[in-house]
Amino acid sequence: MAQTQTGVGGLRSVPALLRRNASEFGTAPAYREKEFGIWQSWTWAETADEIEALALGLLNLGVKEGDFIAIIGRNRPYLYWTMTAAQMVGAVPVPMYQDAVAEEMAYVLEHCGARFAVVSDQEQVDKVIEVQDRLHQFEHLIYLDPRGLRKYDHSHLHQYSHVQNQGRAARDEWITELRAREAKLDYDSRAVMLYTSGTTGKPKGVVLSNRNVIESAKSSCAFDNLTRSDDVLAYLPMAWVGDFIFSIGQAYWTGFCVNCPENPETMMQDLREIGPTYFFAPPRVFETLLTTVMIRMEDAGRFKKRMFDKYMAVARRVGPAILDGKPVSFGDRLSYAIGNLLVYGPLKNTMGFSRVRVGYTAGEAIGPEIFEFYRSLGINLKQLYGQTEATVFITAQPDGEVRSDTVGVPSPGVELKIAENGEVFYRSPGVFVEYYKNPESTASTKDAEGWVATGDAGFIEEGSGHLRIIDRAKDVGKMADGSLFAPKYVENKLKFYPNILEAVVFGNGRDRCAAFINIDLAAVSSWAERNNIAYASYQELAGHPKVLEMVQSHVEEVNRSVAEDSMLAGCQVHRFVVLHKELDADDGELTRTRKVRRRIIEEKYADIIAALYDGSKTVSTRTEVTYEDGRKGYISATLDVRDAKVVPVASRMAAE
Amino acid sequence: MTDQAEGYTTADGRKIGGVVMEMKNITLRFGGVVAIHNISFDIREGEIRAIIGPNGAGKSSMLNVISGFYTPSEGEVWYKGAKRPPMKPYEVARQGVARTFQNIALFEGMSVLDNVMTGRLTHMKAGILPQMIWKGRAEAEETENRIIAERVIDFLEIQHIRKTPVARLPYGLKKRVELARALAAEPTILLLDEPMAGMNVEEKEDMCRFILDVNDEFGTTIALIEHDMGVVMDLSDRVVVMDYGKKIGDGSPDEVRNNQDVIDAYLGVQH
Repeated sequence: MAQTQTGVGGLRSVPALLRRNASEFGTAPAYREKEFGIWQSWTWAETADEIEALALGLLNLGVKEGDFIAIIGRNRPYLYWTMTAAQMVGAVPVPMYQDAVAEEMAYVLEHCGARFAVVSDQEQVDKVIEVQDRLHQFEHLIYLDPRGLRKYDHSHLHQYSHVQNQGRAARDEWITELRAREAKLDYDSRAVMLYTSGTTGKPKGVVLSNRNVIESAKSSCAFDNLTRSDDVLAYLPMAWVGDFIFSIGQAYWTGFCVNCPENPETMMQDLREIGPTYFFAPPRVFETLLTTVMIRMEDAGRFKKRMFDKYMAVARRVGPAILDGKPVSFGDRLSYAIGNLLVYGPLKNTMGFSRVRVGYTAGEAIGPEIFEFYRSLGINLKQLYGQTEATVFITAQPDGEVRSDTVGVPSPGVELKIAENGEVFYRSPGVFVEYYKNPESTASTKDAEGWVATGDAGFIEEGSGHLRIIDRAKDVGKMADGSLFAPKYVENKLKFYPNILEAVVFGNGRDRCAAFINIDLAAVSSWAERNNIAYASYQELAGHPKVLEMVQSHVEEVNRSVAEDSMLAGCQVHRFVVLHKELDADDGELTRTRKVRRRIIEEKYADIIAALYDGSKTVSTRTEVTYEDGRKGYISATLDVRDAKVVPVASRMAAE
Repeated sequence: MTDQAEGYTTADGRKIGGVVMEMKNITLRFGGVVAIHNISFDIREGEIRAIIGPNGAGKSSMLNVISGFYTPSEGEVWYKGAKRPPMKPYEVARQGVARTFQNIALFEGMSVLDNVMTGRLTHMKAGILPQMIWKGRAEAEETENRIIAERVIDFLEIQHIRKTPVARLPYGLKKRVELARALAAEPTILLLDEPMAGMNVEEKEDMCRFILDVNDEFGTTIALIEHDMGVVMDLSDRVVVMDYGKKIGDGSPDEVRNNQDVIDAYLGVQH
């Protein structure tokens, strides 16, 4: 890799990296996107050309230095180019969640005061127009896909390709200005602003500098030996810091190729076709994939099923050890090789993981069983711990030291310290600049010496030096009798069952725990089909007595497993309810990255929680739901409240 | 209607052109049964024209006359300013009239892509031999047709089922595939026989969106039969109402809605 290595050589901004890539390996692929059934690709030289044309077009439209440019849409090369074009002209890109309802968009657009927005299609244009009259500063809207937009008033609405064409035409007029603005960019200029999903309160705009982005990309690429020959699939929301670092930071640093799926529904097929070597997914994606595999295996013939079961047992026993390069007997190696030929190889191919060299999961704790499943197949899945404020990386697991219960050692350049109350603090070159227009929050998160509070409680394991996260610091609590309450721990155990999509455990300050459960429609409907259970809707299926029985058996199994840990035995679930609707980000119950917002759920379903604790057998409730277009409606239901068997803790201790 | 000035402009600003197809005094008999009795109406370029009526009114028969499946017993079909001689359906299709069917008629065993490609058949000119040895014109033609098929697939957002056999698809998607196949023929007039039948609300909304987009993006003239009154009144520019093989109304959705004969036909009257 003949790359200029330090920031001193002029590589002090993302556009500078682009210029280097275009001149040093201009013919290597930079972006691919499947369109009209064919993978279209752009080399680094072509990418630089497209980005420059857009940047000139933006200048032509009057983008000023320091402007914010909102970017809304699914992962497409054009939108990634917009990020770099914005940086080139001295503006700051603000990628936003495309599935956000208009209300949420209005907040972010107003907060950052964006004058320009680049969006994917009519749906997003409509949303922006809907809230536009509240945004006095907003001026121009640029869209990618002209479909359905022909009749719109085009005085402030522009097609992406037209902006580029105008930029090309006005090149002579603007090129000097562009070069001048580009030359002004340095390590301290703002590279991007990302809004945190915020499990509490309004989203905050995290400003990251070129230093944050480039230093983080540099050290993380070295950590995992990422090179120009790697391939990633860009399918996670562009507004998420991870996607920004992988698809822009690391891609620009090493020069690897970013592949964009045809549309969200084809993601699995595209994953298979690309076969990424570097793959990143939140636990939910791995869970869903595992659920799909398990459903398919339930439906498979008896022979296939037996073969799968036999070799998966082998894989579970020796797979992780082989992956870690530990000694394994010849006989076991042989049966693993046969298993690889018959089961693991084809399975990995089906899932699109044949070429994965480095795989990461982060965002939430992953169930140990899920984690082990992928590792046992020979997929180098590792855990990473990070957040937007750290430009992703806080800790990561080095090859050979991968375990499901830790999140790894501090990433290169990161210092860790644990406060007295157990909260994890870190300091690194990736530490964010500030929360935009929010000095109080900045001050309360980042101290004068640059230490940042994560809000997570954890400890550093003696011996290995790995960090272990217990829970969100503010979620960890005490039960009424003083024993430890760690909801996430129990929820993760529940969520391992393919039939359970989401679980929320309550019990802080109470005498016992209770839980909300969401069934996984894909898994449960397949189960219902096999067991001749008829249902007409999600609600009916979720309330079916047979389904409740099944969920109850899962809860009781979890209780038995929780009881084994004397510290957490108090967290057993005494009563539970299977919710009549899926928890949804549109209703504010989850964040856009699908983390549970406990406080909001507690308020919204106060009546059901009351029923969980007052011993009633059923509860009638009426819940507000928000549709994707922002309209609201109501669902009414009568839910069964079930009691689950718990392992009596006191007697067990007495027996010991 | 025919003596009106050339074209008109709709409420939402679309330009509707001159008459592209005209039915003149069409009568269709099956033995002693008169399915269509002396009906005349026209279809203008770029408009969405609905044919509605109670069960057995003769709507599908009318569509079959337009598509050339039935030859009218009496009357004339004028297409693009010329009288159309009796024709086989495939000849009508070649002239630029494509259709979908009330009871989906796809090739169940073939993939979505292959089904859509069959929509291009009327445009293929290479002979059997070049097609078999896959040389010269056949190859170039296939590439060209595949591009058009892929654009339609993209337009109707069915990329994720491109390679899926049609038999495995749910009903709503099959309907969309049928529309895709018809669109792949790049028709001048698109005939839709109950495009929303049996769909749930969400699927109906999607289908409405697609019909409007097709009309808007490609300027395709659309004639459709539909039972869902809400859909018809929302979508169409002009509506023909049939009852017992006769035309009892013709005009804008509002005019038709207030037409006493139409109300009687739908709600029933005492005879």
